[in-house]
Amino acid sequence: MPNSPMEKVAKATPEKVAKRIRGLSDRAIAWIFVAPSIFLLLAVNIFPLIWTIRLSFTNFRVNRPNKDVEWVGLRNYERILGDSDIWMTMQATAHFLLWTIVLQVLIGFFLAFLINKKFRGNDMWTTIIVFPMMLSPAVVGNFWTFLYQPQIGLFNYVVSFFTGADPASFSMIGDVHLAPWSIVIADTWMWTPFVMLICLAGLRSIPDSIYEAAECDRASKWRQFWTITIPMVLPFLMLAILFRGIENFKMFDLVVQLTGGGPGNITTLTSIDLKREAFEKWKTGYSSAYAVILFVTVFGLASIYVKALNKVKER
Amino acid sequence: MSNFVKGLVGFRRGPWEMVASILIALGVFMLMQPFALWLYTYSFITTLIGTVMFILVSHLPK
Repeated sequence: MPNSPMEKVAKATPEKVAKRIRGLSDRAIAWIFVAPSIFLLLAVNIFPLIWTIRLSFTNFRVNRPNKDVEWVGLRNYERILGDSDIWMTMQATAHFLLWTIVLQVLIGFFLAFLINKKFRGNDMWTTIIVFPMMLSPAVVGNFWTFLYQPQIGLFNYVVSFFTGADPASFSMIGDVHLAPWSIVIADTWMWTPFVMLICLAGLRSIPDSIYEAAECDRASKWRQFWTITIPMVLPFLMLAILFRGIENFKMFDLVVQLTGGGPGNITTLTSIDLKREAFEKWKTGYSSAYAVILFVTVFGLASIYVKALNKVKER
Repeated sequence: MSNFVKGLVGFRRGPWEMVASILIALGVFMLMQPFALWLYTYSFITTLIGTVMFILVSHLPK
């Protein structure tokens, strides 16, 4: 009679299967376990990537499947890289990326620094601060559209309270100068808690003994901050920047809901423009080339960033 | 500086990764800068060369 669970499993395995498994090496068994993941990766990531690269050299249009597909070489890339409208969307994306990362890192680190201090209601405040991150981007977009309303929006009233300007005299999402900032503010409101959580993890990983040793050496709080806190939180901060950088490069839903890319094309980010080319104008080959350009950019940036992160970790 | 050049000539990973990283950063800057359209036009090829170089040189000895 089998006693242990192992023996029970061995007994339950059909004799034919058991014989076959007994003949496999450890390496073969390892491959059997890893193969489904590799297959999934190839099917979901690698194959679509290769297919997109192939399509980027053609004039294929997915809404005209019966039309002959022509090989156009580098023409799609030439058109994209000579198009001043796409250049403008790149600049809009750069503005959005730069300011969201700067604001989220500064505010997120500041909040983490405050939350890391022991005070009454610490957990409650953490929950309140983290709340925006749990919402759907579409909900946040809708919510901020109401906040930015010139007549009834709370945002304009808060600004008027501090500046004395008439609340109805400006429109955050209707003004070409203010609209890029409206998406920066909404994204910062939503994703600063994420950066805060990563920074908090970094701050809590610093052993108290290091600060105690610094106190013994009579290091000032300012010096402790610059020589202990910042260097030890830096890998976490860099991870936060990497995550937010890649996510914001792909930002779509929040901005579509908030401004729809307008007024004009002033808040049209690359992902919004790409979606329009691919699924409104149905230029599949052209949009594939566009996607390849964005992919190479993000991949290149992520490569140097991971290298920098590893260097910081080695220190 | 001389170590950097020696590393380049001796096909060491560090200096070549540095060159690749500079090319990628330059390419991304060219892609998103608001100053000249021609810089934008040549941004992709710069980033692509940098990225491919980065992948290749990451297999060189340290």
